Amino acid sequence: MSDSKTPLLDELEKGKWPSFVKDLKKLAQRSPKAKDLLGQLELSYKDKMTHWKHGGIVGVKGYGGGVIGRFSDAGDQFPGAAHFHTVRVNQPSGWFYTSTALRELMDIWDKYGSGIVNMHGSTGDLILLGVDTDNLEPLFTDLSNADWDLGGSGSDARTPSCCLGPARCEFACYDTLALTYDITMTYQDELHRPFFPYKWKFKMAGCPNDCVASIARSDFSIIGIWRDNIRIDQDEIKKYADSGLNIAADVVNKCPKNCVEWDGKALKIDDEGCSKCMHCINVMPKALRPGEDKGACILIGAKAPIVEGAQLSSVLVPFMKLEPPYDELKSLIRRIWDFWDEFGKARERIGECIQRIGLGNFLEKVGLDPVPQMVLQPRDNPYIFYEEYFEEE
Amino acid sequence: MSTPQRRTDIGPPHYEKFLHPIIKNNYGKWKYHEVLKPGVLVHVAEGGDKIYTVRAGSPRLMSSDFVRFLCDLAEKYCDGYLRFTSRNNVEFLLANKDNIEPLINDLSANGISAGGTKNTISNIVHTQGWVHCHSAATDASGLVKAVMDELCDYFTGKIELPHKLRIAVACCLNMCGAVHCSDIAILGVHRRPPKINYERLSNLCEIPSIIASCPLAAIRPTIIDGKKSVEVDEDNCMYCGNCYTVCPAMPIADPLNDGVSIWVGGKVSNARTTPMFTKLAIPFLPNNPPRWPEAVAAVKNIVEVYARGAKKYERVGEWINRIGWPKFFDLTGIEFTKYHIDDFKYAGKTYRTTTQMV
Repeated sequence: MSDSKTPLLDELEKGKWPSFVKDLKKLAQRSPKAKDLLGQLELSYKDKMTHWKHGGIVGVKGYGGGVIGRFSDAGDQFPGAAHFHTVRVNQPSGWFYTSTALRELMDIWDKYGSGIVNMHGSTGDLILLGVDTDNLEPLFTDLSNADWDLGGSGSDARTPSCCLGPARCEFACYDTLALTYDITMTYQDELHRPFFPYKWKFKMAGCPNDCVASIARSDFSIIGIWRDNIRIDQDEIKKYADSGLNIAADVVNKCPKNCVEWDGKALKIDDEGCSKCMHCINVMPKALRPGEDKGACILIGAKAPIVEGAQLSSVLVPFMKLEPPYDELKSLIRRIWDFWDEFGKARERIGECIQRIGLGNFLEKVGLDPVPQMVLQPRDNPYIFYEEYFEEE
Repeated sequence: MSTPQRRTDIGPPHYEKFLHPIIKNNYGKWKYHEVLKPGVLVHVAEGGDKIYTVRAGSPRLMSSDFVRFLCDLAEKYCDGYLRFTSRNNVEFLLANKDNIEPLINDLSANGISAGGTKNTISNIVHTQGWVHCHSAATDASGLVKAVMDELCDYFTGKIELPHKLRIAVACCLNMCGAVHCSDIAILGVHRRPPKINYERLSNLCEIPSIIASCPLAAIRPTIIDGKKSVEVDEDNCMYCGNCYTVCPAMPIADPLNDGVSIWVGGKVSNARTTPMFTKLAIPFLPNNPPRWPEAVAAVKNIVEVYARGAKKYERVGEWINRIGWPKFFDLTGIEFTKYHIDDFKYAGKTYRTTTQMV
């Protein structure tokens, strides 16, 4: 019989995929907090329930967000897990790192915390898991002296995140990294001090492939797109055909708008009819590229189910040029926040608020004209709230 | 005691500090990319410069030593430049093509697979689960490990798929893992109404906030032992746990009833079809740690049926839309129940209002 204290977790040391249990057990040899975390997790596997208590307000001086209090309900059994707070560290745009920077960060973390991290959290932060309340301030001091800052939590602007954009992708229709950095720096106060009705997430995606799930996961989705024609390199098209790609089946027949033609010699695209879905470009990236008149589509309101049901973001501005200093974008953000501040209810996301108030009314409040691109179709019910009527004088 | 020197609101380090010189020189000037083999990409710039990427599946939950191990590899093979993807893969950015194979060998000697590109199952996006969350109905890291052990060959490209397949795990309806738009999703669920601790509730919680938190208005004010409190109309509770989020005295976790549900057919990309929500495939499977065999088998079954039936470039949702939901349930052998029919807001929009069944 094995005398392991974590027989259930030990099962997860087996298998082809890297094992977090194996990794954390090694860490536990030098980190008592990691050891007790594993002990508590084993208990959860046995009891089939969580052993974390509900929240608890902790933080660092001057910040309302960035740290999430986490206390164990089995702290007497696992003292290392008694306080196990989360620290969200604002990741660099596009999650690019050097080993030097990561090593420095890990050294700081080992000095004050459990040594356990998430690369990365769902919103994008680099997450440090497991620090005692007393160590929060010294940890933050060391982090900030090494040029790292906290991300968002609670009812604030959450840490903005983006795809790797022009850093390593030919599809990027605007500079996602630059915009994300600019927005993050512009709204430091909104990011660190929660005074919104609820959370607010920004996600910057460089093209309609949306590798950061902006349309599903952010209240304010900025998705790159172009207005002119797809650029075609006919020589490369021929090479794809010669190398065995079935252009008729895999490109022409898959075009949702039937706007691609291929006669075996040249590829023609009816750009007027193109919905800019990216499929043909994805299949033949050497031959096809987005146009040159690039910018972004701005959409609003995505969220997961809590409270009123999941939503995808919907179009607010069909196309906007995005160049520094991004005045048009920032003015829009400010108008929306002012509206939300006035009309939002506590724990109501902007998407839910718009559903309650009506998109038409929302547009009036934030000073945008209604355009057909905002809807899939006009209303099909006749219950119109006409706002004016005439009276006989 | 004097406060040690500290700086605030400095924001993250500027990303330019972390960009490989080849990336810095060709920023915004990339011409095209190719997938050389599963897990290996080359990006070619207008001027001909090339940067190679090796993508590998790392667990999202890791130790500082594991991060240092990734740093060791980055230093050995690519001057210390690495990044992470939106699906928690690690990527090494290489200038030298000759380093690709030695890096992959080094990774694989340490139990880490390269893959996750093109028509594969990429790394699973997931939440904290029992590892670190108070509202979790299941664990996430363990569940993900168990699923990926079974599906690893789809990550490495050893078994090909008709198109990319994205899996997500969220441990409760808060869906921090955004499972609502994935090809296949595993979602932790609670199944019994909150158990009210009346004494704690009157000390801890604001009654109007609790009442307002319920999307179905199933929480009403009442008086218990002379103190203001609340009662839950249990027939109207859909176990969302939102009341627990605002009031710790209304715990909803319950080992006898918590478990997981399986969802299919979502996507976020605009390619071909518009983004889609995931839809319910299996309303409930038991929490069975450490390996959740029922959930793993259910996911594997759906992957295999999709791999057999879908046409090239069809995501799971596109495949199901083509064959129709009746066929999906038929092919997967999943039972269709009352629970599959929506009864929340706008439920009627999902009823079939045509004689066409496909």
